[in-house]
Amino acid sequence: MIRVENLTKTFDQFTAVKDISFQVDTGEIFAFLGPNGAGKTTTIKMLTTLLRPTSGHIQLDGFDPWVKQREARQRFGIVFQDPSLDGEQTAYENMELHGILYHVPHRVRVERIEQLLRQFELWERRDDYVKTFSGGMKRRLEIARGFLHTPKILFLDEPTLGLDPQSRNQLWTHVKALNEAEKTTVFLTTHYMDEADRVAYRIAIMDHGAIVAVGTSAELKARTSTDSLEGAFLALTGTSLRDESATSTDAMRRFAQMWQRR
Amino acid sequence: MGAIYIMWLRELKRYVRSRAQIIVSLGQPALYLLALGYGFGPVFAKAGAGSYLQFMAPGVMGMTVLFTSVFSGMAMLWDRQFGFLRETLVAPVPRLHIVLGRTLGGATVAIIQGILILIVCLIAGFRPHLWGAVPASFIFLVMIAIVFAAMGASIGSVIQDMQGFQFLMNFLVMPIFFLSGALYPLKNLPRVLGWITHADPLTYGIDGLRGILIGSWQFSFTLDVAILIALAAALLCVSAWLFSRIQL
Repeated sequence: MIRVENLTKTFDQFTAVKDISFQVDTGEIFAFLGPNGAGKTTTIKMLTTLLRPTSGHIQLDGFDPWVKQREARQRFGIVFQDPSLDGEQTAYENMELHGILYHVPHRVRVERIEQLLRQFELWERRDDYVKTFSGGMKRRLEIARGFLHTPKILFLDEPTLGLDPQSRNQLWTHVKALNEAEKTTVFLTTHYMDEADRVAYRIAIMDHGAIVAVGTSAELKARTSTDSLEGAFLALTGTSLRDESATSTDAMRRFAQMWQRR
Repeated sequence: MGAIYIMWLRELKRYVRSRAQIIVSLGQPALYLLALGYGFGPVFAKAGAGSYLQFMAPGVMGMTVLFTSVFSGMAMLWDRQFGFLRETLVAPVPRLHIVLGRTLGGATVAIIQGILILIVCLIAGFRPHLWGAVPASFIFLVMIAIVFAAMGASIGSVIQDMQGFQFLMNFLVMPIFFLSGALYPLKNLPRVLGWITHADPLTYGIDGLRGILIGSWQFSFTLDVAILIALAAALLCVSAWLFSRIQL
């Protein structure tokens, strides 16, 4: 479903993603694990048409996302690291807007919005402005929205960042249920080892822009002779701290958070 | 088409829902109208130029449309910061439709604001030379709104932070307003200032409004309309091009 070959992204002098290759099969849940600044988000941006690769090939369900943008975009849903909802509109209106942008026919749209909002336990709050929602509710709404146009692939970029354990648990239950019911391929990135261990069929560990290992959780543990995924992760990526320099994106994120909290 | 419509509708919803903002954004032009209109009135009359309120009311209408439409385009900066922009960037529709919907939405809001300010002007004592001219003046409100909403969208596609916004506010939008003839007649100006005012797009919009509403033309209906339509077309293309190039 996803095929990546020799993908590289360079910003000026800095190489964020170095010659990575991997494949994700249809219906699989595939996790990208890696410390801060490993290049996970850059990879997702290239997969989702937001960033042009410097070199290498990507195929999503047979389409190159940079060349066949519209075909590729119709086939995936994405939940970004930062919320991308319109706070000034209600939950229902956000879903409706998404449905129209993704050409979901009216009748299907109405049915599916109700089904997804009920499933993610937001139906009662459908007419409330999104700006009044908690972090967990916003995340649920975004994931519900990501599934609205029945994508073949769902990208989740650190979807559980900043959520409490209850919300995280519930979120993965929903995602797994939909992955099974609709055979949606899920590509996710996360910091939380236990999550990757629990939901992902296969895990790729990324560090300094390169993939250092790919395999099931059991394979990774066996390879590093450790008994936990965290142990395997540390064995593969080392224990040194990654001090990301603060970028303008971080400043923007703080700014947005400041303003969104009321 | 659905994408254009839903993005247009979004702008309108945001406008209707922020009633406090409607009042606030009408406050500034109303202040100009009252403070300057009444304040400079006696001097203007003494210079033999007639009623200043009559003269500047079309200018204040143009100003309202200018600010509202440029801001609507620059609101893209907020969407960038709050993340909603990305939702529209990965949607499987041409980005042209997204930016067109936004621009037309912003322009619609600006036209509504312009009409509200016209009503304020009428209450303050402004009288068009023909009542039948009032609907005709909407032609110019529409054109000013589209030109500057497209300009705002172009700027919004390029700038990424608040500093850029402040900079453009001070060095682009305010000069466009002050050098447009909204507040003073453009006759007998120093030569360089004269050239600058002729290069200012808003000059032609204000001239059109003033021509239709009080019957005093600096240029002509045909010239004003031709320049504004050409600019609107050019800026719509520029905004579409810049918006389609956004990478995050």
